[in-house]
Amino acid sequence: MSVLVGADTKLVISGLTGREGTFHGMNNRRYGTDLVAGVTPGKGGQDVEGVPIFDTVHDAVAETGANTSMVFVPPRFAADSILEAADAGIELVVCITEGIPAHDMLRVYTHLRRGQTKLIGPNCPGVLSPGKANVGIIPAHFFSQGGVGLVSRSGTLTYQIGNELAGRGFGNSTIVGIGGDPIVGSSFIDVIAQFEDDPETELIVMCGEIGGDEEERTADYIAEHVSKPVVAYIAGFTAPPGKTMGHAGAIVSGSSGTAQAKAEALEAQGVRVGRTPTEVAEVAAELSGAAA
Amino acid sequence: MDLLEYQGKQLFRSHGVPTPDGRPAQTTEEAVEAGEELGYPVVVKAQVLIGGRGKAGGIKVANDREEAREHADAILGMDIRGFAVHELYIEKASQIAEEYYAAILLDRGAKQPMAMLSRMGGMDVEEIAERDPKAIARVHIDPLVGFQDFHGRRLAFEAGIAADVIRPVGAMLARLYDAFVGEDAMLVEVNPLLVTEAREVVALDAKVTVDANALYKHPETAQMRNSGGEDEQEQMAREHGLTYVKLDGNVGILGNGAGLVMSTLDVVAQAGGRPANFLDAGGGSRAEAIVDAVEVILSDPKVDAVLFNIFGGITRCDEVARGLVTAFGQIDVTVPFVVRLDGTNDQEGRQILADANLDGVHVEKTMLGAAARVVELAGDGETPSVTETGEHPAPVGAGTADTGAASQADVSGTDAAGAEAAGGGATPPEPTR
Repeated sequence: MSVLVGADTKLVISGLTGREGTFHGMNNRRYGTDLVAGVTPGKGGQDVEGVPIFDTVHDAVAETGANTSMVFVPPRFAADSILEAADAGIELVVCITEGIPAHDMLRVYTHLRRGQTKLIGPNCPGVLSPGKANVGIIPAHFFSQGGVGLVSRSGTLTYQIGNELAGRGFGNSTIVGIGGDPIVGSSFIDVIAQFEDDPETELIVMCGEIGGDEEERTADYIAEHVSKPVVAYIAGFTAPPGKTMGHAGAIVSGSSGTAQAKAEALEAQGVRVGRTPTEVAEVAAELSGAAA
Repeated sequence: MDLLEYQGKQLFRSHGVPTPDGRPAQTTEEAVEAGEELGYPVVVKAQVLIGGRGKAGGIKVANDREEAREHADAILGMDIRGFAVHELYIEKASQIAEEYYAAILLDRGAKQPMAMLSRMGGMDVEEIAERDPKAIARVHIDPLVGFQDFHGRRLAFEAGIAADVIRPVGAMLARLYDAFVGEDAMLVEVNPLLVTEAREVVALDAKVTVDANALYKHPETAQMRNSGGEDEQEQMAREHGLTYVKLDGNVGILGNGAGLVMSTLDVVAQAGGRPANFLDAGGGSRAEAIVDAVEVILSDPKVDAVLFNIFGGITRCDEVARGLVTAFGQIDVTVPFVVRLDGTNDQEGRQILADANLDGVHVEKTMLGAAARVVELAGDGETPSVTETGEHPAPVGAGTADTGAASQADVSGTDAAGAEAAGGGATPPEPTR
């Protein structure tokens, strides 16, 4: 098994006809993802390398049975595309788009939480279940199938940590980039809960960063609800207070939300925190050795 | 993006939030002219994106033309905590009966807007929270329902404001919420929210942070961008579309992706070095972006060595290598570079660097190895301010003094919502004023 995406995924991509959409959509298909449709209003009836394009997500779902949507449209249209996918009955939306206004996401988040559709992102690298399906822009060739569930707020840092884990012989059940924006559809807790229930996942690695209090709340959740070993990494120990470090989410100010506070909160609940990406892999090796 | 007081008030007025009459002024002449038009007494206010204006002498009452001239002269050009005063706001003086505090912000923990009201305005919100955490009333607003009258009543009764102004303060909060949503703001804060002797409710100050991602919806606000407090490198980086934050060390750093760059800063600090900057060249960085980035990093004279830490996903390592080679052709580089390339097309990238055989470029295989090498090459510089990850210096409140407010308010707050808001999502991304 794996979480969120897998052998059952039937993918429709909003923005497949765009340059980036085509590039990454075709990458995902080459990986083995069942890419069934694209959506671009006004281009219904065309195709991209054999993948049929529809005018609306509703048409795509009706014709192809798509159950997962990837949103690859510019920021000013992205909120609308997410809502369209949810309205069409899509189970999981993965939104890659960066730069969506926070108020748009507030409305989208609030609406989606009242329904059945899950959202990963926005401003995220997507979801990869090695050997099964890749939905997003994660470079899949670094990762193999295995027992580590990896969840992260960041893109390239995920690749770095995944690579360190691979160097120690670990593969992954699923890699989930939840995104770096202030309002994202799924939290660490949402994803870790799924890893806990996933039989393939033996160990969980979470990769957080400064800003907000997600990591602190996740620490409490892990203590109460998670039986599998968890290793954490937090980026941003050297970030000065009051400065944004690229992600809108990565903001420190005052005494809360610092990397130090997060690491301490996790450690207080018994979660081991690696101080470098390399150390994360070392701790994971140690823990899985202990478990075996 | 933070707005100056008078810019924030301009947005307030367009949403029906009452403010005293006032005029911006860039010269002493303009200030005096504004004083004459408004009628004395007026308040001469420094317009800077940082708090503590009053304490620094940046806010003065002028009772006549002479005083207006004197104060404008003194305040223009003043340095307030590192921010030079280029603009003034001349405002009709108000008769103060009560000073409250009001704010609407994005509570990232709850993923909802939150409105706050306190009857203890006029001072640091940190101070209010410290003296009496219960003095700050808070409610969450469902973004699909919006601000309702009952929200205003709950806040007003809980905050314990004067009975005769419960309605007008509630109405003011509703209009502030309109401004918060209508302007795509991350923070709207009024301190003090004034009740005049005539029992009118007006916004005497305005701190507004708008969402930079939403500026396309607000072309007029986009024009308000203030470069105040931004240094040379930061301005240069912004013009090139790079994300750059200046730090105080001597190791220049470039990476792709915010998380990886933050992690790189940490690893360099752990190796005993001091990062000079954060620079995220972004996903899919092309050769030209790398040339711009090298230029920005090297324009900081403190930089003694530079680390490139790239893990290619969308970004292709060969593009990065090509950019570096081009940069070395265009810029006179006098400091050593350590380059670590991993991921997409890493072998091609390393081959390009090997073929170019650039002077002073060292290629390292791992992130930790690269960090150790660059620290060694950069030399000691001065006493490290950050040596170990575990030894991060206590954060200096970004918003000490009359500011930062909403975010700071909750630090000592007792309820969960407050603690969440303090987490940072509510925090303006730049030092506030």
